Amino acid sequence: MSFIHLIGFGLKVGHLLLMLCYSFLTVISLNSFINDSQMKPNKSRKIWVKFLEIFSSKTSKIHHYYQYIGSAKFRKTWWRKLLILWIAFGTILALWIFWYLRSEALEKRKETLANMCDERARMLQDQFNVSMNHVQAMSILISTFHHGKNPSAIDQETFAKYTERTAFERPLTSGVAYAVRVLDSEREQFEKQQGWTIKKMTPVNKDKYNPEELEPSPVQPEYAPVIFAQDTVAHVISLDMLTGKEDRENVLRARALGKGVLTAPLALIKSNRLGVILTFAVYKRDLPPNATPEERIEATDGYLGGVFDIESLVEKLLQQLASKQTIYVNVFDTTNISNPISMYGIDVLDTGLQHISPLNFGDPSRKHEMRCRFKQKQPWQILAISASFGIFVITLLVGHIFHATVNRITKVEDDYKKMLDLKKRAEEADVAKSEFLANVSHEIRTPMTGVLGMLDTLMDTNLDVTQQDHVRIAQASGKALVSLINAVLDKAKIESGTIELEAVRFNLWEILDDLAAYISAKVPETLIGDPGRFRQIITNLVGNSMKFTKKGHIFVTVHLLEEVMKSIDAEPEPSSNDTLSGLPVADRNRSWEGFRPAGQIVCPPESITLIISVEDTGVGIPLDAQPRIFTPYMQVGPSIYHGGTGIGLSISKYLVNLMNGEIGFDSVPQIGSTFTFTAVFSNPNEQQINGQSMSEFCNMQAVVVDPRPIRAEVSRCHIQQLGMHVEIVSSLTSMLTMLTNGSQTVHFVLIEEEVWDQDLSNSVEFSYKLRNLNQEISPKLFLLSNSISNGPHQNNKPTVITKPLRISMLAASLQRAMGDNKSNSSNGEVPKLSLSKLLIGRKILVVDDNNVNLLVAAGALKKYGADVVCADNGRKAIALLKPPHLFDACFMDIQMPEMDGFEATKKIREIEHSVNFRIKNGSLSLQDYADISNWHVPILAMTADVIQATHERCLRSGMDGYVSKPFEANQLYQEVSRFFL
Amino acid sequence: MASVPQLQRQLIEYTASLYDEKYLDDQFLQLQKLQDESNPEFVVEVVSLFFEDSEKLLNNLATALQQKSVDYKQVDSHVHQFKGSSSSIGAQRVTNVCVHFRNYCEEKNLDGCLQCLQQVKHEYILVRNKLEALFRLEQQILQAGGSIPMME
Repeated sequence: MSFIHLIGFGLKVGHLLLMLCYSFLTVISLNSFINDSQMKPNKSRKIWVKFLEIFSSKTSKIHHYYQYIGSAKFRKTWWRKLLILWIAFGTILALWIFWYLRSEALEKRKETLANMCDERARMLQDQFNVSMNHVQAMSILISTFHHGKNPSAIDQETFAKYTERTAFERPLTSGVAYAVRVLDSEREQFEKQQGWTIKKMTPVNKDKYNPEELEPSPVQPEYAPVIFAQDTVAHVISLDMLTGKEDRENVLRARALGKGVLTAPLALIKSNRLGVILTFAVYKRDLPPNATPEERIEATDGYLGGVFDIESLVEKLLQQLASKQTIYVNVFDTTNISNPISMYGIDVLDTGLQHISPLNFGDPSRKHEMRCRFKQKQPWQILAISASFGIFVITLLVGHIFHATVNRITKVEDDYKKMLDLKKRAEEADVAKSEFLANVSHEIRTPMTGVLGMLDTLMDTNLDVTQQDHVRIAQASGKALVSLINAVLDKAKIESGTIELEAVRFNLWEILDDLAAYISAKVPETLIGDPGRFRQIITNLVGNSMKFTKKGHIFVTVHLLEEVMKSIDAEPEPSSNDTLSGLPVADRNRSWEGFRPAGQIVCPPESITLIISVEDTGVGIPLDAQPRIFTPYMQVGPSIYHGGTGIGLSISKYLVNLMNGEIGFDSVPQIGSTFTFTAVFSNPNEQQINGQSMSEFCNMQAVVVDPRPIRAEVSRCHIQQLGMHVEIVSSLTSMLTMLTNGSQTVHFVLIEEEVWDQDLSNSVEFSYKLRNLNQEISPKLFLLSNSISNGPHQNNKPTVITKPLRISMLAASLQRAMGDNKSNSSNGEVPKLSLSKLLIGRKILVVDDNNVNLLVAAGALKKYGADVVCADNGRKAIALLKPPHLFDACFMDIQMPEMDGFEATKKIREIEHSVNFRIKNGSLSLQDYADISNWHVPILAMTADVIQATHERCLRSGMDGYVSKPFEANQLYQEVSRFFL
Repeated sequence: MASVPQLQRQLIEYTASLYDEKYLDDQFLQLQKLQDESNPEFVVEVVSLFFEDSEKLLNNLATALQQKSVDYKQVDSHVHQFKGSSSSIGAQRVTNVCVHFRNYCEEKNLDGCLQCLQQVKHEYILVRNKLEALFRLEQQILQAGGSIPMME
């Protein structure tokens, strides 16, 4: 049991140490964790740190120490020391346990021995005392019946019988005998009476004991011949006890003391065995206990002796006890300490352990003791050995684990450091690469501009056809190279994170004009953002589509995100054939499946999220390549087929992310791909109506004949940009019905070439009917064509407008047609720019303190045909602007010395107000003021900083609007048209 | 005497370099567009006026900044004038320095102002030389009977 307990204990200790070891390591790692978190404070980490601080506030020293441990070299040596210490500790523990268990076992063995020995000694002593008491009782018997009676009641026969029968009472005696005291004077009478002489005790011949041969006792003052004896010792009758050396001494001592007295061990007569003789004196009368020895000697009658055959007796005694085999017992007479006399037992080898029990046989002058030994030596201490060995093994194991752990940690840390170093180097190399790329790209760009410029110049010189062709190729290659370099430069900028977006006001239509994109009517015309980058994304996507599309179409659409999200729920999927070119396309809706829902995008309220899709009918992206499509340098298939660096899409993705948007795609191999992205712009909050910019076509009516709704919608979208009303009909027949029945005047009819070619005779008839319609102006007929290359030449074919429809080109074509019209009907009036129309002949006052500005502004307005008067300060302006006004409008600089534009305008308005008031009163005659009762000259501010605050302030000061300085034709037109239309 | 096409090419390159090195910006192009048959000397007229104005302003600025107590308001208004006129003819480097100049005026930083004055003088002289050279080249072309090519 205890063995198992011990093993359990050992295991527990081992476990505890293991835990200690782990916690130690954990603390170290936590410590490094703290160091980390100190560098990068983080909310959640802070809590940990705080917790740890509380935990370790008392052990800050230890923490310091752990940090010290952080140095690898120190830690290594220290841990090695710790390991050695640990193993030493384990060894000591094992040894201690061995010693402890062994000593415990020894103690137990000693105790067992002592118990056994004491038990035997006590038994021996008890039995001896019993025998002695009986011998004493017998002495009283003799005193009573031998000496007390006359004649004696006891003779040898009686004595022998009696003693024989009471032998069980004296288990240790082999026999008793009685010797009477006979003085020398009484010898003769005594010998006569007994019939034998007193013989001398001479133990000469031990083997052949013959009483007949004994000599008579020599003459002495007194004798002690044995008169009675038990049968076992009958041979001692007539022997004088005083002649034996031991007996004499014994007898003398017994009568002097009045107690039982023992002889030293002696060889018994006849039996020749080792024994002791117990002697009691028999007195004539009862003596007081404090009687002197002299009194006792004087009163002595005789001596009763008992022979104790110790050897056999002890043997007999031990036979009765259990486990007699396990120990050796020796009994010694130790009266003479230096030379103890062995009374029983054999001399045995020293088995180590010995126990001594004292024996008291009632004779104070004699000392006896019992010595006990185990027969066998102590067995091997298997328990102790195995337990200590177990602990030692556990120690070694724990040490090994510790060692292995430390080694492992060191190795991992070393590896980690190596990795960190490598990572750092890799990152540095990457940065260096990006920088190198940026530098090289930039350096290449500069000479390339030179090359391209020179090529331009070369084109202007007189070249033959081949040379021109070569130059054109060189130019195209150069431009391709520059765009490639720009892409690389962008990539490098992205990697170094130095790319930044502009936030400028731009016109979406202008940006996307040459792409012929479909722009939803809900998308505002003017946005604030980075037009260049926005265009770059679209151009990139379209460029990719162009590379991979051989037939069909590429279609760019721009919508508001909300619009698209709504339509997903509302509209069913359009039929797959209803596309721009009629070829099937990839599902556009699936390309933005992964985008965040519109409601989740957090944007400022005035922002506008556009969703732009580029749809093509190209070869599509292989399914296995789709997941990698936005990875830099990734290309589908070998690049020699299509060219390109493979960074376009990754740049696009990055730019889209910069615009807070997302990009996605859906692609079906052999059918086509659709890329969709979102971008967030801010809304300049200008209330503008689409299509007002080109006033020539304003409110005119156009009809598009196209059976395919989507294509018709795109055409309409573009034509609407010119400010026209557009209707869509699906066939020529319905067109005709509309023309004959409708009350509206139709100015333009645009027919899809496909419709025209379908039935040529019908078409020709249609055009004829169209010309003969009963209307003031017959509608102009156009064909919308996909390609420049015309089909079979036809005489009656109307003007062809090649798609994609660009506003500028469309406007030019329509203008040409109208111009023809006008040149026919009116007197050769040359169509003029709309701005000139507005400004021609107008009298305009320009106020600016800066002469140069004044001159430039005046020059610009004069260019449009205006009659310009200049003033160089506010006072002059006030003087010139008094009702009745001579000027149609006034452009005024805001910031002027003495009196700024706001103040001057306020003054002018005050004067106007008072004049108007007085005209109403009648104090001023209406005739003097050209029959105008409400004077208000339009005043426009000229300012360089176009910000909202300035605009508001302009309006507050009574100005009618503002134009940016220097003049911008579009803006000038918009402002001026408000007054002059 | 160089041939007309040669001179024309030279003019184009020279003008392009002026744009590339940011001496001029789009505004100068606008200015050139305003010039037509009815007003053939428009650009030269405007630029000459700019030279005149600028020299006056530079003198005024130098005097104003030499005063014991500098009137920054006045300096600021001069710089504003200068900035306006330079941006009108498209001399963007001058305009840019003027922006810095006004910032220093706001801070009332005399050292900064003096430094800017030097800079603006320097830029002005540079752009004046460039423009004069440009006009000379144009003159040469006209004398040789060629026409001035328009930049896009």
